[in-house]
Amino acid sequence: MLKAKSSSKLATLLFVLFFAVALPAGHWLGIVSVNTISLWGRYFCFAIAALGIDLVWGYTGIMSMCQAFFFCLGGYCMGMHLLLKATALQGQELPAFMVWNNITELPFFWQPFNGFVPALLLSLLVPAVVAFVIGYFVFKSRIKGVYMAIITQALALAMYLLFLRNETKLGGTNGLTNFKTLLGLDLYAPGVKVGLYFVAFGMLCLAYVACRKIVGSKFGKILQAIRDSEPRVGYTAYRVLHYKLAVFVAAAVLAGVAGMLYVPQTGIITPGRMDVKASVEMLMWVALGGRGRLKGAIIGALLVNCLYSFCTSLFPEGWLFILGLLYVLTVLYFDKGFLGLLELLFKAKRLKIAESIKQKAKSHQGGYKYSRQ
Amino acid sequence: MLLEVNDLAVAFGGVQALDLEYFSLEDKELRVVIGPNGAGKSTFMDILCGKTQPDRGTVRFREHSITGLTEVQIAELGIGRKFQQPSVFPGLTVFDNMVLAARMKKDVFSSLFFKMTGEFKDKVHAMAERVGLENVLQQPAGALSHGQKQWLEIAIVVLQDPQLLLIDEPAAGMSDRETEKTGELLLGLAEQHGVIVIEHDMHFVKQIANRLVSVLVNGKLLMEGSFEEVRNDQRVIDCYLGRANAQLEKV
Repeated sequence: MLKAKSSSKLATLLFVLFFAVALPAGHWLGIVSVNTISLWGRYFCFAIAALGIDLVWGYTGIMSMCQAFFFCLGGYCMGMHLLLKATALQGQELPAFMVWNNITELPFFWQPFNGFVPALLLSLLVPAVVAFVIGYFVFKSRIKGVYMAIITQALALAMYLLFLRNETKLGGTNGLTNFKTLLGLDLYAPGVKVGLYFVAFGMLCLAYVACRKIVGSKFGKILQAIRDSEPRVGYTAYRVLHYKLAVFVAAAVLAGVAGMLYVPQTGIITPGRMDVKASVEMLMWVALGGRGRLKGAIIGALLVNCLYSFCTSLFPEGWLFILGLLYVLTVLYFDKGFLGLLELLFKAKRLKIAESIKQKAKSHQGGYKYSRQ
Repeated sequence: MLLEVNDLAVAFGGVQALDLEYFSLEDKELRVVIGPNGAGKSTFMDILCGKTQPDRGTVRFREHSITGLTEVQIAELGIGRKFQQPSVFPGLTVFDNMVLAARMKKDVFSSLFFKMTGEFKDKVHAMAERVGLENVLQQPAGALSHGQKQWLEIAIVVLQDPQLLLIDEPAAGMSDRETEKTGELLLGLAEQHGVIVIEHDMHFVKQIANRLVSVLVNGKLLMEGSFEEVRNDQRVIDCYLGRANAQLEKV
């Protein structure tokens, strides 16, 4: 037990050292390209969103299929700010797509995004408020299980279609792109990219610690209780609605943070990021990594995206088949995901060692007896 | 008067599950409710704890009308329910099960910033000892035996410190020894709480029925009396125990 804990601590330390020291050092030594660094920076954003899914799905048992939508809300908020800055830098009054769509003045809901701080706050606030409203009605009507999945999925689709439209004044199919600077810093400078990588990694660590606190608190225990036996939670005088709402909003905020950090690193945000497939993929990261374990969500998000980059460059046609196969295997054989599999292997190994020690001791004892005789 | 029920009725799809003219319970009284399958016993408890809404009638608990309240509001007023099928939190440890149940502020923020105190721990340990679960506190509740789950659920309900405990078939699936222990536990609880127990096992009823036994048949109250009175009442023998009367003769 103690051993397992210390080895898990060691793994965490190695993980942090690798991404905080080794990878950037590799870049400065010229081994790792800035693109790779930036790619990992984006994966960290996905991992932050995955943490939110794990809270909602893994711990509370609510299958929410619109996490990518919240991710995009955060992303669009930051994207709007970046686009306004880029437009101003070019000495124009309106972003190019608005000019093409015959919009003559900046729509009112674009106004607050001129400032960095308001944009930052809004990219947290907007997902939170939207999640609160959705969550309130869904949880109030006691929608559960597969119905929850269907409703959130339908919502994700509806929002996707809404964002696709030019009338929404958010860039339509093309989304928001052509960003130039963030706080006056050139987004394409390698130094800024590495900086954003560090910010994303720092946020991931911070999000992990915060989730750890949440999960370890009595609040976290109640979330698990809701997952296992929701009626009993009600009869124990907890207002299940409030708890579900709280965790749903917390997850949306995590997704918002993730989206906000993702956009300056990618340089584009389109409605494609929030389609149904994107949300389902996020669930898959968590399922493959290890549902109901925070580390599982992070490992899942990083691993699947890593694999995605590999596979799509090696055999682009095969990726979805590989992902599907992995998912089926996980569902059938490793319901605790990759993390569960790792632990199982470690446990088996430890048991083997313990066994061999025992046998050695036995044979030793036997030998002793024999010699006495 | 702890609980007073007037003209309570509920029907499910045309079947009158419950049609209770009057029922009352004194403070710190232990009442056993018996009746054949489908007599409306569990339905009665479902209404008392807010799981089911009645079609008509009033339920007054400590001078509050509780019809129309949610299960959380009823639990807050002080009614705790133990279900027929043990309903605990299988994924949490026995200790955490009890911590979650204990009476305290139960809003989101209090839970988020809850700090365990030594005093609180002692309270949980004392309860664990009372129900004989002190050696399995760190085990997940899902790994407990059926009897242990029953006790855990009783502990969960008692830790909420309700004035009224609704206990649905506590001895189901228990050995004789366990059943007797459960009886002692319930009698002990009745010194501080009002308790309503639904039970089928006549030996068990005999052990715990210290005052009145209510007999429900087809949703209606057939009679109320001491265990001896109920046992010897011809109507009870006829409709509840059947003509063969095997179970009563054994007692």
